[in-house]
Amino acid sequence: MNILLRIKRFDPDRDKKPYWSEFRVEADPIERLLDALNTIKWTQDGTLTYRRSCAHGVCGSDAMRINGRNRLACKVLIRDVGEKVTIEPMLGYPVIKDLVVDMDGFFNKYKQIKPYLINYDNEPGTERLQSPEDRARFDEGTKCILCGACTGSCPSIWGNPDWVGPASIVNAHRFIFDSRDQGAAERLQILGRRDGVWRCRTIFNCTDACPRGIPVTDLIEQVKRAIVYNDPKDA
Amino acid sequence: MYYKFDVVIVGSGGSGLMAAMQLPDASVAVFTKVYPTRSHTGAAQGGVAAALGNVEEDHWKWHMYDTVKGGDYLVDQPAAEILARDAIDAVLELEHRGLPFNRTPDGRIDQRRFGGHTRNFGEAPVRRACYAADRTGHMILQTMYQNSIKNQVNFFSEYLVLDLLINDGQACGIVAMDIRTGDISTFHAKAVLFATGGYGRAWRVTSNAFACMGDGMSIAYRRGIPLQDMEMYQFHPTGIYRVGVLLSEAARGEGGKLLNGQGEYFMERYMPTLKDLAPRDIVSRCIIQEIKEGRGVDGKDYVYLDVRHLGAKAIAEKLPDIADFARNYLGVEPITEPVPIQPTAHYAMGGIPTDTDGRVVIDAQWTPMPGFYAAGEVACVSVHGANRLGTNSLVDLIVFGRRAGKSMAQFIKENDHAPLPPEPEAYAREQVDHLLTSSGGESAARVRSEMQNEMIDNVFVERSDKGMRHALDALAGLQEAYKRVQLQDKGKHFNTEIVETIELGFLLDCAEATTHGALARTESRGAHYRLDYEKRDDANWLKHTLAYKGTKTHDVRLEYKDVILIDDPIFKPKERKY
Repeated sequence: MNILLRIKRFDPDRDKKPYWSEFRVEADPIERLLDALNTIKWTQDGTLTYRRSCAHGVCGSDAMRINGRNRLACKVLIRDVGEKVTIEPMLGYPVIKDLVVDMDGFFNKYKQIKPYLINYDNEPGTERLQSPEDRARFDEGTKCILCGACTGSCPSIWGNPDWVGPASIVNAHRFIFDSRDQGAAERLQILGRRDGVWRCRTIFNCTDACPRGIPVTDLIEQVKRAIVYNDPKDA
Repeated sequence: MYYKFDVVIVGSGGSGLMAAMQLPDASVAVFTKVYPTRSHTGAAQGGVAAALGNVEEDHWKWHMYDTVKGGDYLVDQPAAEILARDAIDAVLELEHRGLPFNRTPDGRIDQRRFGGHTRNFGEAPVRRACYAADRTGHMILQTMYQNSIKNQVNFFSEYLVLDLLINDGQACGIVAMDIRTGDISTFHAKAVLFATGGYGRAWRVTSNAFACMGDGMSIAYRRGIPLQDMEMYQFHPTGIYRVGVLLSEAARGEGGKLLNGQGEYFMERYMPTLKDLAPRDIVSRCIIQEIKEGRGVDGKDYVYLDVRHLGAKAIAEKLPDIADFARNYLGVEPITEPVPIQPTAHYAMGGIPTDTDGRVVIDAQWTPMPGFYAAGEVACVSVHGANRLGTNSLVDLIVFGRRAGKSMAQFIKENDHAPLPPEPEAYAREQVDHLLTSSGGESAARVRSEMQNEMIDNVFVERSDKGMRHALDALAGLQEAYKRVQLQDKGKHFNTEIVETIELGFLLDCAEATTHGALARTESRGAHYRLDYEKRDDANWLKHTLAYKGTKTHDVRLEYKDVILIDDPIFKPKERKY
């Protein structure tokens, strides 16, 4: 089918402000939107700039705003968007060029919540034991690919760029609720501050945006409860 | 700009980060073309093998045997021993660093079956693959990145490495372009590790990311370092039809089966013992055979992967991602429908030759190049020989990434920075300037697409003299056409057109080395299957290929290196049956 792509453009070498380009491409309904972007880049306009790598939704490179919602271009099929599609860079991040945004701030926020196993005991000679139930307790958060779609969809970030954002909280949750981890108190203290979990207004944009199906808002709520009750086991 | 570090690591996947972890006291810079968590290690699904014996009896020697036999005896056997022995400690290290493995009821790391992994030297499948659902690679990558944050590793994200600096036979740094600014800089180092992954994008249908463009292999090759066993390239049996996205072998490890167009579970006919869990090279050939004999689905070029009998619960718990891939990219519900699949270009067994400490060796006499290391898919140790077993790639990353890291830690204590060669950035700048000013009118997309078609038509699961000669002629023409490629984007900032065009140059080198090695090897072994030489020929070909770049653009010089065998009758090369 023939589709029309309306794409927001900005090249710092050339442009003072963003503008819109329109492209028409022939695409199979079962192709990915990323395939259509590649077709444009390879046959119409080599200057069109976007990130991509794995092309099947596990690396998190190609998060962008597609018809007003943050999606991975490699997980959206042509048949899902129809004959006209509008593509913009994600909101909430500085634009570098076209659909490419600056993710450094995003990763710096992620680093703030100590996203690594904290355990002060000596390492055992074999693995640390963990029951299947304890393992299941934090499973959802382990799916995160740090694409930034949730954080860029959050109105609280649009208003407060310093806010830690949903992705960081999801990853904090992944460790706070891991029975092998001993860093819950440190993380809950960080997330209990002004720019921590309380800027979440339970809008659910993040849950809608997550390409991995993580119940982001729900995990944030669990972290809020852990702060209130001061113990993740009660949350 | 000029920067100086003790160690430069190129690539932020499993092996690069595992190496970085071994260098806590050194100044280390890790380079990636993407962001570290976008590395292709993250796409690995099924598991990482280690003879933990958590769910049934297992021994490292059985793992070693399976690796050697799986590789059709082109494996250096002492390296396979290290792989199988070290796997156990390396997996435990990952757990200690936080990796959330699936667990047994008693809380230990759970293990499952995988192709070619057996008990008691080939008797029956064994549960050896440690896993985290069907996103084991994702969890390895995340865990290693998390630990890199803890250890405050320096990352240079979105840098494209353009050249390896060598002075007087010693590696002394790299030249890289900051993609965001277009600036080219020199990074001076005592030791350089290439951990840049593979080159699956040389084929039209591949499981590999857009980033898997053979960067490290090509850069080394252009600097006179040989590429080993490049003809040994793995085509994974179960790629999503037309798209190539991988459906993990874990699907068959959990009991999934291949089904032909006539409703027959055909692997039982070919491989009575291991059936669907035979090694990948064999299963891919069986699929192609079924298709050739008209038993593809509706007579077309695909068959089915059937997991319906596993039930909704097992699919949701153990194979959630691949079930989603089937739903998303094919509109197929794997709980109730079989999934269309075809072989997909997946993994390079070959690459930059190294010893078992990650040191790059540049000839048949195992002469090391001081300061230069390689690990992971870009390297050829060689533990995978002519065909890699499923899960052994992740084992390779963590075992040899770790060994390379430790080896560099020692090297940088004993050595100073070697002086840089004169005008270190000249070659890199010349490449970039040429592309920015070229007016040859050629399209990189056309060159890339022709190369990918040529490779899938003629250097795929089945090969022949005629087909490969056709491919070599075509590749030579494409190398010439590549010189005339003209860009539309002449900007400095975030010029992805220049990035993908430079990468295309890397791919062409890899495709060429692969095809030359394959044409010369007049036998069938592992993944290298020739219609005109159907038998393995140990008398003439139990040896590794070393491909050196010749003096002309598309000229390749081949040399050979002995396979290292150990003195143990169990490991003596014999016919490979499953």
